[in-house]
Amino acid sequence: MEDILNASLVLANFVIIPSLAYGAQLALGALGVTLIYAVLRFANFAHGDLMAFGTMAVILVTWFFQAQGIGLGPLPTALLALPFGIIAAVLLAMGTDRFVYRFYRKKRAAPVTFVIASVGVMFVYNALTRIFIGTSDIRFEDGERFLIRARESREWMGLAEGLALRSSQALTLVVAIIVVVALFWSLQKTRTGKAMRAYSDNEDLALLSGINPGRVVLITWVIAATLATIAGTLYGLDKSFRPFNYFMLLLPIFAAAVVGGIGQPFGAIAGGFVVAFSEVSITYAYRRVLSHILPEEWMPDGLAQLLSTDYKFAVSFIILVLVLLVRPNGIFKGRVI
Amino acid sequence: MRTVETSNYRMPLLYAAMALALILVGVFQSWTVALAIFNLCMISAIMALGVNIQWGYAGLFNVGIMGFAALGGSAAIIVSMPPVTEAWAVGWQGLGLAALMLVITIAAAIFLRRRYSGSGRNILTAAIIIAGYFAIRHFADPATDAIEAVNPTSQGYLGGMGLPVMLSWIVGGLFAAAAAYLIGRVTLGLRSDYLAIATLGISEIILSVLKNENWLTRGVKNVTDIPRPVPDELDLQRSEWFANLAVQLDMPVSVLSSIAVRGAFAVIFIVVLVLIMILCERALNSPWGRMMRAIRDNRDSAAAMGKDITGRHLQVFVLGSAVVGIAGAMLVTLDGQFTPTTYIPLRYTFLIWVMVIVGGSGNNFGAVLGGFVIWFVWIQAEPAGLWLMRAITDTFTFGPAMQSHLVDSAPHLRMLLMGVILLTVMRFSPRGLIPEKSAAKPLR
Repeated sequence: MEDILNASLVLANFVIIPSLAYGAQLALGALGVTLIYAVLRFANFAHGDLMAFGTMAVILVTWFFQAQGIGLGPLPTALLALPFGIIAAVLLAMGTDRFVYRFYRKKRAAPVTFVIASVGVMFVYNALTRIFIGTSDIRFEDGERFLIRARESREWMGLAEGLALRSSQALTLVVAIIVVVALFWSLQKTRTGKAMRAYSDNEDLALLSGINPGRVVLITWVIAATLATIAGTLYGLDKSFRPFNYFMLLLPIFAAAVVGGIGQPFGAIAGGFVVAFSEVSITYAYRRVLSHILPEEWMPDGLAQLLSTDYKFAVSFIILVLVLLVRPNGIFKGRVI
Repeated sequence: MRTVETSNYRMPLLYAAMALALILVGVFQSWTVALAIFNLCMISAIMALGVNIQWGYAGLFNVGIMGFAALGGSAAIIVSMPPVTEAWAVGWQGLGLAALMLVITIAAAIFLRRRYSGSGRNILTAAIIIAGYFAIRHFADPATDAIEAVNPTSQGYLGGMGLPVMLSWIVGGLFAAAAAYLIGRVTLGLRSDYLAIATLGISEIILSVLKNENWLTRGVKNVTDIPRPVPDELDLQRSEWFANLAVQLDMPVSVLSSIAVRGAFAVIFIVVLVLIMILCERALNSPWGRMMRAIRDNRDSAAAMGKDITGRHLQVFVLGSAVVGIAGAMLVTLDGQFTPTTYIPLRYTFLIWVMVIVGGSGNNFGAVLGGFVIWFVWIQAEPAGLWLMRAITDTFTFGPAMQSHLVDSAPHLRMLLMGVILLTVMRFSPRGLIPEKSAAKPLR
């Protein structure tokens, strides 16, 4: 019994809690991608770099607050800086829409034209982030690092293993739940949310019933940029901020959106957790878990790892391909153009 | 629509301007720099041709160029490096058995899917693949460990076949074509965005394999001193006739030798570029090319005419990727080393896309010009950005920290420039510098 408890504690520390946090971060990112897909009907390649830009703004404001001695005590200062980062990202996204995408929307250009334009936007965001903050690895988490420390919980429970919960992981889950509930409430109940869903379902019919398309598009960008900044900041608090890593997040985020059914907000959340759990559980070395439950002579020689951590992108990709083969529209039926 | 007369002059003028820019670099900077830029311009042009085959002819959006280029590059190692006999001796049995297991797994999975169609087919297939995976790992892991333990500082991999390096350009094309066939079979029947996302994924996977499978490519430890198809600079400098030539031309031997080596590369690359260009032009102007454009412009009516859309897309996807693979192998040959960490998507995927869009998608001459222009701007923008930042920091007074930050961020200005160029061209000249020839020409 104690062995099983120990094994499950290791599993919780290294697989379940990290995947929950990572899954929530991916889900917030994928929600942005999927909303843009639902309303503007293109896969936004600049989303990873929009996340990086918003997070960069958060970090700059965090540094300013830290220099002024303003903080939140046990909570990270970044939480206080988050609204400023969101404003910066929203302004950037709105400006991009005004100067880049609106032109193609008026021409009713093909979706792939938007995708290529988003590649150009990606270059610009990429450059802006790097010019402002550089390319190095930045850790900006402050305040209390752990909510539950492994050593204290081990002594308290009297087991060989303890439970560790980092405050960034707990914060990620709490913030993600608040944001998702607020988003779904506003999509379901408010006039604007209903207008967005109507526009996404049938553009012409929505225009006919007097919905202002400019407003719907604007709100979509505001929501997408907000989600991107929150997701990016939480990811940066949990791991670290490096512009290139944010660009690379594009692949798991796209995978999450497609797996869940692109254009479906519920799907994006489900997809985020599916991708995160598979990525972490396939690349985790199970040796320490097995050491608690297997007898000595049954222990494998190696790390008991299915795939080396370097192949984590392969996991997102394999899930993506499997879903495309078995259920091309994703878990929740996404839209098809 | 522009008149026919101006568009006839446009292409030679643009190419002449490009040549002039390269000559100016030769005169004002140095001829070695000009030749280095020229060589990479040609490799970029070939990659852009590959993308143009996929996007310009058929409208396929492939963002996995980096993966195909890197795969082609790995061919240079596998073909041209001398074999490491010791590594083969310790590893061949394990790797052979692992390969056998791979073949058995694939055969079993295919057999199962052909024979059974009942429920549980997918679960059975998955079970076979998982069992096969563990069987492969069981044989491969000890073998790869043994191989990587052979002279780890200089070798630690299987080496290549010791064949002439230029053969690897064809092999690189074949590698990329094979990868494209596999990925195309899975994704081409589906929606267009899925191809983009899937190719983005496959290129990352190819890169992670090349970075981590040390027994094959030495991974991040890099393979250097890849044989070259041209004479070595040092050999040239030591030979007597070359020293005499340098005296006659009144040039330092070292400069002349590097010009000679780069010039020799340039001649070989020109031959390859011209060959690929002739094939591309013939394909574009053949009934096959017309069919591809018909599919691109209206796939429903092309399907109604009895054209096999998915089959043709697969064909064009494989061909385009093969051309990118050839360029990837040429690039590694030119560098003389294979460094997987230098492959980043912005440089090897999205920059090539900028080349095709700016040059003129659907027009081979446009894609080649785009490759030249964008590579030239990309290279020259770095010193220009540095100069600009220096000028700004000299004119205005910032703190020393701010000043060094601004100068450090100069290299990122060219990213900004590329984004602005792409967006501007898309908006104001969406058909590119040399637009595609329209089928419906006005009568003269």
